[in-house]
Amino acid sequence: MHDLIAYTIFGLVTASIYAIAASGLVVTYTTSGVFNLAHGAMGMFGAFVYWQLRFGWGWPAWIALLIVVGILAPLFGCVIEKVLMRNLADATEATKLAVTIGVLVALVGAALWIWDPQTSRPFTAFYAGNKVSILGVPVTSDQLITIGIGILCAIGLRLLLYRTRIGLDMRAVVDDRSLVLLNGGRPDRASMFSWALGSMLASLAGILIAPYLQLSVVPLTLLVVNAYAAAVIGRLRSLSMTVLGAVIIGLLQSYAVGYLPTSTVSWLQRLPDTIPIIVLFIALLVLPHQRLRGSATRRVREAFPVPTYKLALLGSAIVVVGAIAIGPLLGTQPLFSMSSGLALGIIGLSLVPLVGFGGQISLCQMTYAGIGAVVWAHATSTGNVLGLLLAFVVAAAVGAITALPAIRLRGLYLALATAALAEFCDTFVFGLSSITVFGHRIPLFGNGSLPAARPNLPLLNERSDTTFFVLLAAIFCAVGIGIVALRRSRYGRMLLAMRESPAASAMLGLRLTTVKLGVFSLSAGIAGLGGALLAGLSTQFTPDAFSFFQNLPLLLLMMAGGVAMVSGAFFGAIALGLFSAIGSVSTLFNRASSLLPGLVGIGLGEQPNGVVADIAAGLSKLVRRGAKPPPEAASTDGAEGEPIWEWAGLDEPLSNRELAMLDDALGVKAGA
Amino acid sequence: MSQPLLEFRDVTVTFGGVTAVNRVTMSTEPGVIHGLIGPNGAGKSTLFNVACGLVRPRSGAVFLDGRDITKLGPHRRARLRMARTFQQLELFGVLSVYDNIRTAAEIRRGWAHDRSNCEHDAHEVLERTGLTEMADERADRLPTGLARLLEVARALVTKPRLLLLDEPAAGLNEQETLALSTLLRGLIGDGLGIVLVEHDMDLVMQICTVITVLNTGQVLITGSPDVVRNDAAVISAYLGSAEVNA
Repeated sequence: MHDLIAYTIFGLVTASIYAIAASGLVVTYTTSGVFNLAHGAMGMFGAFVYWQLRFGWGWPAWIALLIVVGILAPLFGCVIEKVLMRNLADATEATKLAVTIGVLVALVGAALWIWDPQTSRPFTAFYAGNKVSILGVPVTSDQLITIGIGILCAIGLRLLLYRTRIGLDMRAVVDDRSLVLLNGGRPDRASMFSWALGSMLASLAGILIAPYLQLSVVPLTLLVVNAYAAAVIGRLRSLSMTVLGAVIIGLLQSYAVGYLPTSTVSWLQRLPDTIPIIVLFIALLVLPHQRLRGSATRRVREAFPVPTYKLALLGSAIVVVGAIAIGPLLGTQPLFSMSSGLALGIIGLSLVPLVGFGGQISLCQMTYAGIGAVVWAHATSTGNVLGLLLAFVVAAAVGAITALPAIRLRGLYLALATAALAEFCDTFVFGLSSITVFGHRIPLFGNGSLPAARPNLPLLNERSDTTFFVLLAAIFCAVGIGIVALRRSRYGRMLLAMRESPAASAMLGLRLTTVKLGVFSLSAGIAGLGGALLAGLSTQFTPDAFSFFQNLPLLLLMMAGGVAMVSGAFFGAIALGLFSAIGSVSTLFNRASSLLPGLVGIGLGEQPNGVVADIAAGLSKLVRRGAKPPPEAASTDGAEGEPIWEWAGLDEPLSNRELAMLDDALGVKAGA
Repeated sequence: MSQPLLEFRDVTVTFGGVTAVNRVTMSTEPGVIHGLIGPNGAGKSTLFNVACGLVRPRSGAVFLDGRDITKLGPHRRARLRMARTFQQLELFGVLSVYDNIRTAAEIRRGWAHDRSNCEHDAHEVLERTGLTEMADERADRLPTGLARLLEVARALVTKPRLLLLDEPAAGLNEQETLALSTLLRGLIGDGLGIVLVEHDMDLVMQICTVITVLNTGQVLITGSPDVVRNDAAVISAYLGSAEVNA
C-alpha cells in the first residue's frame, strides 16, 4: 500500500508536467492549425536558459522563472508565429510539419552550440529537500509544487478559454477562421497569443521536468513525444481529455517502473520508458476512422515534370564520373563526410516515392535503415552482395508490418504514428541484444554496436574509401533511375493520383490501403538498403546512427531539395555531406551540426517546393531566352489567335439566353 | 418497369445535430438522366456522398442493381461500376489532362481484370469529351469549365453503368453546356444511368427524364420536368413563399 501511494504520487508529478506540455500543444494546434513538433525543443531551450540564469549566473529562482516563462518564452512564441507560422495557413501538412521540425532541429543545434554537452549541469528543483508526509509516504516539496502548478495550469487554461475575450477569440478561430475575421475578430492575434501561451507552457514543463532527468538536449527535446500521447488522447482538441491522458500516462509509467520485474527480466528494463509511446500508438489506433473527404484541387506552384530516362541517364553519368574525378582529391575526413551524405541520400531516396509521389509523411525511415543495417551486419561478414538484397527484403517486410496499423491514418496522425514507431525502436528495440523465441536465441543488436562489412564486388577493392565512394554514387544513381522508372509507370501515376485526391482515386476503384502498404514497403526496403551501405561505410552498426533524431535533418534536406524528385534527393545528399564536412572541422561546428539543416527546414516555409525545381525553372528560362520560342509556347503566351476555350465567368457579358433566364426568374416566376 | 439502378431507401444523414438528409427514398433507372435539384443546402451533395460511400447514412440503405451496398467502401462501389464527379473539383492536379484519364483507365484495368488498352480508351474519351486539344495541359491549370469536363471524362473512362454528376455545367459557357448535353444524351443512349445535380435549370429541364426536388433534406416531389416546373411547392422552395413575394 505504501508503495502504491508513493508510485501514485510520483506518477502524478510526471502527469502534471505532461499535462502542462500537452495543453500547450493542444492550444497552439487548435488555434493556429500547426502541430508544433518543436514544442519539446522549446521546453528544452527554456530549461537551458533557466539553468543559465538560475545556476550559471546565480539569480534567484523566482526572477529566473519569471524572466524565462513570463517574458522570453512568450516573446519567442510570438516571433515564431509572426515570422514563420502565419505564412503557413495554406501550406500542405508536410510543409507545416517540416517547418516545425526545422525549428526543432535548429533549437537543438543552437542549444548544443551555446551549452557544451560535455559539461555537467546540476539542476535542482525548487525547494528541493523539504519533505512532508502524506499517508505515511514522504513527499518532497518540489513534487507537491509540480502537482500544484499542473492543477493551476489546468484551471487557468479553462478560465482563460471560457471566461475571457481572447479565449473566446481563440475558440472561435478553431471553428471558423474567416468568420471570425468577418465579425471583427482578429484571428492573427488569437493565433499569436496561442503560440505565446504554448511556448510559455512548454518552457514551464521543461523547467519542471529537468530536475528529474539530466539537463541534456536531445532527451528533453524528445520527451515531447510523451506529451503527444496525452494530446492525441484529447484528439488534439479537448483540454480536459488531454489532462486525463497525461494522468493515465504518468501513472502507467510510474507503476511500470514500480511493478514490472525490470531487474530480473533484462528485456523489460527499458520498457517503462516506452509506455507513453505505446499509449500514443494505441491512442492513434483507436482513433475513429478518418472519413475520406474531398480536398478540392488546388493550383500549386510546384513544378512537376515527368522525368525522362535520357535526363536520368545523363545525370547519373555526370554523378558517377564526378565521383571518380573528385574522390581521389578528397582527404579522408571530407571523403567520409561525402560518402555518408551519399549513403544518407540513398535513404533519402526512399522518401521520394513515399512522400513525394504518395503524399504520405514518414518520420521513421532511419528506423527502417537501421533494420537494414542490422540484417546486413548479421547476414554477411564478407560483404556478399546478396546481403544487400536481404537487407532490402527484410526492411521492406518490416515496413509493411509496421505500416499496417498506421495505414488508415493520414497526414499529421500518420506522421505521429511513424514518429512513435521510430521512438519505440530507438528506446527499446535497438537496445535489445538478442531475443529468445522458443528456445532459439536470435541475435539482434549486440551490445551497442555490430561489425558491418562493405559490399564486396569483383574487380573492386571495397577497402578503398575512394572506391566505396564511387560505388555509393553508382548505387545512388541506380536507385534513382529505378525511381524515375517508377514515376513513369502505371504505379507511379497511381501514387500521384492518391496524393492529389484520395477521394477521387477511391471513387475510381483504387484500394488506397493496398497502394499505401505497397509504397511504405518499397520505401522501407530502399531505406534498408541505404542503411546497410551506411553501416558498411563506418564498418559498424551503431543504434545512434539510426536514432529517431537522425530522421529529422534527413527529411528536412530532402524536402529542401524537392522531395518529389530524384535530383532533390541528390541535392539533399550533397548538402548532408557538406554539412557533415563542415561539422568535422571543429568540435564547435560539430556540436552545432544540426543548426544548418534546421535553418534550411525553417526556410521551407518560403520555398515549399525545394530548390532544385526552382533552379531548373531558372535554367530553362535562361536556355529559352537564347533559343527560338517553341510554337506552342507562342500560342498560349501570346494574345493573338483564337483561344480554344473561354472562361465563362463573371468577366463575360451575359448572353441573350442568360438575360432571358434572368428575366424569367425575376419577373414571370416571381409574379406567379 | 425495369429494376432500379440506384435506390435510396429511407436514407437519413446527420452531421452533429443537423439533419442533412431526412428519410429520402428515391430510385433511378438505366438509360435515364435523373435530375436532382433543390436550393443550396438541400442535401444533394450529401446524398451523392451517401451513394458513393464517402458518407455513411445514420439509417436507411442504398441499393445498386438490387444489391445492398450500404456497407461497402467507395472503391468497392466503384468496382460495381459506379462513377462520380465532384462539385469541388478533385482532379489529379499535377498530372496532365491525358494522364488524369489514362490513370483512371489504368486503375480500372487493375480491378476489372480485362486487357483493355488504357491508352486507346483514354484517347477515345478525350475525343468524345472534346478535350483532345488540352491533352498535355496540367489539370490544375485548366479553367473551371474544362476542369469539370475533365471530371466527367475521367469518370467515363472507367466504363460505368451509373454516373453521378455533381454540377458538371457550373462554369461552362453556352457552347460547352450544349456540348455537355449532347454528350450526356449520347451516353444514356448506350444504356448508362445518370444522376445529375445541377443549378442550370434550362439544362436540367431539357435533358432530364425524371427530376427529384430536394428541400431541407427531404424529397419535395419526383416527376417529369413539366410536373416539377409547375409544382407550387417547388416554386415556393426556390423563390420563397407566395405570401412573401406578393
